[in-house]
Amino acid sequence: MIDQKPRKKPSRSAALDEARLRQQAIGVKLRQMFDAVVNEPVPDDFIEILRRADEQRSEKS
Amino acid sequence: MGGAARAEGPANPARDEAFRRELEGLIPHLRAFARTLAGDPTSADDLAQDAMMKAWDARASFEMGTNMKAWTFMILRNQFYSEKRRSWRQSQLDQEAAERTLVAIDDPASPVALDELRLGLQMLPLEQREALILVGAGGFAYEEAAEICGCAVGTVKSRVSRARRALQGILTSGDYRRDGAAAGEAMGKILAHAERLSNQR
Repeated sequence: MIDQKPRKKPSRSAALDEARLRQQAIGVKLRQMFDAVVNEPVPDDFIEILRRADEQRSEKS
Repeated sequence: MGGAARAEGPANPARDEAFRRELEGLIPHLRAFARTLAGDPTSADDLAQDAMMKAWDARASFEMGTNMKAWTFMILRNQFYSEKRRSWRQSQLDQEAAERTLVAIDDPASPVALDELRLGLQMLPLEQREALILVGAGGFAYEEAAEICGCAVGTVKSRVSRARRALQGILTSGDYRRDGAAAGEAMGKILAHAERLSNQR
């Protein structure tokens, strides 16, 4: 569809503001995505493997 | 067992215990970083586990009190790249992982924008993706990210800014619909867009 009303070109500073806002939004989402995994419960095998390695170490010494 | 020899030397159970506790606390962050590198959750967890054990085996070389998070991220990253080098079929695997990720995104509760971001990230060159994640989500300073990636601070800065611009491009025109549109079709669109972006460079 073609927009028939002639639109005013956004001013340069408005365009910059919009770009900055977009970048901020991406930044927020990026952290959300990362933190979502950080906040997942750690699978048991991670802790188990590490503890087992630690126990093997103390048995040896 | 092959790798056990390194744990010898002056035994220091208290130090090992402190090391293990701090390392345990970093597991969630290692998993998150691995997820952004490896794409699909299963191979990401394998990667995070390998990195965790590499860090444990190398604990004698870690100076307590320095930045363990940056140190373990560096180990994870090195692990990722050395596995990648070993794999001849990697580009094909990347493609398969991206498709699996796309298919796996089927949770109606998760916001669409996050899905798009996830897909957009997978379209970025790896070096840009990791720089953006470390600085933009991992909470690292440019200097720390540079150390983790083994490159100059200026290089990290330019990778991050290129990544931001490319992502913005992908997301702004990312008009694929997850309802109705077949996964392959959406993928094709995104790939075509990424190609256009890289041709413009």
